[in-house]
Amino acid sequence: MIAEAGLAALWLAASLALLQLILAFAPASAGGGSAPVRSIAMVQGALTLFAMAMLMWVFARTDLSVLLVAENSHTAKPWLYKFAGAWGNHEGSMLLWVTILGVAGSALAMFSRRMDERTLTAALGAQGALALGFFAFLLFSSNPFTRLNPPALEGRGLNPLLQDPGLVFHPPTLYLGYVGLSVAFSLAVGALVTGRVDSALAKAIRPWVLGAWIFLTLGITAGSYWAYYELGWGGWWFWDPVENASLMPWLAATALLHSVNVLAARDSLRAWTVMLAMVAFSMSMVGTFLVRSGILTSVHAFAVDPRRGTFLLALLALYVGAAFVLFALRSGKLAEGPRFELVSREAALVGNNLLLTVILGIVFLGTLYPLFVEALTGTKLSVGAPYFDRVAGPLALILAVLVCVGPLLNWRRDSGERLKRLAVPALAGVTVLVIAFIVLPGAGLLSRVGLGVAAMLGIAAFLPLFGRRLRRTPLTTWAMVVAHFGVAVAIVGMAASTLLTKEVLIAARPGEQVSVGPWLIEFRSVTPTAGANWTALEAELRASSGGGVSVLKPQQRFYTSPPTETTEAAIETVPGGQLYTVLGKPAGDGRWQLRLWWKPLVTLIWLGGALIGLGGALALGGRTWRGFRKARQR
Amino acid sequence: MTVKPKHQRLVLILAATAAVAAAVLLAMWGLRDRAAYFYTPPEIASGKASVGQPVRLGGMVEQGSIQRLPDGVTIRFTVGDSNAHVPVVYRGIVPDLFREGSGVVAEGRLTRDGAFVADTILAKHDERYMPPELGNQAAEHKAAKTVER
Repeated sequence: MIAEAGLAALWLAASLALLQLILAFAPASAGGGSAPVRSIAMVQGALTLFAMAMLMWVFARTDLSVLLVAENSHTAKPWLYKFAGAWGNHEGSMLLWVTILGVAGSALAMFSRRMDERTLTAALGAQGALALGFFAFLLFSSNPFTRLNPPALEGRGLNPLLQDPGLVFHPPTLYLGYVGLSVAFSLAVGALVTGRVDSALAKAIRPWVLGAWIFLTLGITAGSYWAYYELGWGGWWFWDPVENASLMPWLAATALLHSVNVLAARDSLRAWTVMLAMVAFSMSMVGTFLVRSGILTSVHAFAVDPRRGTFLLALLALYVGAAFVLFALRSGKLAEGPRFELVSREAALVGNNLLLTVILGIVFLGTLYPLFVEALTGTKLSVGAPYFDRVAGPLALILAVLVCVGPLLNWRRDSGERLKRLAVPALAGVTVLVIAFIVLPGAGLLSRVGLGVAAMLGIAAFLPLFGRRLRRTPLTTWAMVVAHFGVAVAIVGMAASTLLTKEVLIAARPGEQVSVGPWLIEFRSVTPTAGANWTALEAELRASSGGGVSVLKPQQRFYTSPPTETTEAAIETVPGGQLYTVLGKPAGDGRWQLRLWWKPLVTLIWLGGALIGLGGALALGGRTWRGFRKARQR
Repeated sequence: MTVKPKHQRLVLILAATAAVAAAVLLAMWGLRDRAAYFYTPPEIASGKASVGQPVRLGGMVEQGSIQRLPDGVTIRFTVGDSNAHVPVVYRGIVPDLFREGSGVVAEGRLTRDGAFVADTILAKHDERYMPPELGNQAAEHKAAKTVER
């Protein structure tokens, strides 16, 4: 019954989405206000949430008469993964996607009280149209509630790589980001329909963009760390198409986040901001297509079914095509915003947007190129780090330099007087650069330059606070400072860990000692051990470096359902970086393969990501607080 | 420098167009020599891949070909079928599902003496997580077998 209740809720929600679309654009409702459409959007969101809860319930109970549970779960699985396993598969993760789409629509209906009513109605119509397509996708090609008759005796289990606490947070966080951008898309479409693109629209879009962007930032950061410790390869970003699928919406959302501020503060960049809002969610849909269609292979792509790919591609083409046709028809009618000069905050933000767009284009083309080539000529190829680092890396560093400059400029026009303050950061940057070139000759050029740029940005990020009374500085300024400083921190982490990592790969007998970087590691033993649904061989390593001794226990794990082996790295975090150890295979003569990395400052990568997210949260908090106070004063 | 409103929009449109064009040009420049092509052993044997270029080699690990070198961390094996064999050298920890007679994708370079030096080895995971290249090969393999019967 639980599965049927979930399915019924989905059908009901889908019909409401259709109604929402029709009512929003029906001529009769033009004068009737937004109330009916809003109520429908709220109920539709509640119903999808209910369906998701039902799916989680059948997973929690391991109801093996539901096909999805039988194929992806197991009675002996730890409860946490039973619960999160609901989205550890294609159908469940699409349902999570649609749930967030529905809930975002309800939230838009609930909280956007102070915006143009006609625009809101049209936006809710657009949101209904989006939901309708993805409901159809769920119901016709990815039904999560299909029954299995007779029920299975035991489930097939969850991919062990996914049996990690990361599964609980990573997909929902990332999806909140992906799908949160749908609201920006819908509001942009709504504003194009009514022709009211102004600073009020920007203020309505901004919290959505900020919120989605915070979740995307945290989701990407957490995903990077998850891949880093789970895969046992010691890398934190592989330029895997699936990673790029999350990076592309982030790049677009970052650009949007900045241009929406221009629109809110100065009423400029109207058409451009609307365009970016549509591009950002289009990138989310491209990402969903890449990951969910099965054309790529990774832990993210579950069972492959070509019909699903075609369906998703059709949806993508429909929505992106419709949005851009609307843009082409309407954007010419938008009035020009106030002008600005070549040296101004606006111009710097235009620079930011252009650079982010170029980077986005490069990542987009690099990610899709192999798919195009294979579809057209049948030639198989892959595009990896050498391309992305070489082509996008330098642009990212140029952007980081621009980040030092932009916040020091005034809106509209600027004499450039305050740019003189950049002397100190620039000097610091050059000093670090010179030291990097002397100390590390022949190392990666991009990373060495990156260190210099990061040093400059690390100091320059604080310049907007210079000469201000700190307690009276608005929270939004702090937010910018923290986020920009986070960028510098992340760049230091990336550059330093690339330049300074020490790696040792040996075959050793228990009792032998190995040194890597500042660490002396004693290989004590390999012993068998077991967990709830796995057995393992576990090495004991005693690592010492000046200060105390730490014990690391990397494992080779064997899962029984499905039968899979995984490598569990053991990581020791110290203030200076991380010691990363992996136990390999037996190497004969009682020896074991050990792979050890000393990765100085690597933790700064994720710390930087967290700071960037914190900056976003501060901005959102500051704006909400300001809005709240204004509302109370009235 | 002041720009007239009408011109400002034009300047912005031009800048955006230039940015997109720049992205396309940069991407084409980068993709020209930095994409790693996927080859099968017969293609490598017929000299399709050039020496020193990053390439991916996909096929089956031949029975009885895995050889462990004395250092304990380097292995040699051959990838191929009855017609073509490519010797591969890899220093590192092989993935859990790497074994003789099963599918593998090796990323690396071809050396002058015809050996393949792999930087990364990807093995066939269980049925649901197989690299598509191998998926196709397995299907072709099956088809070939059916024909033989």
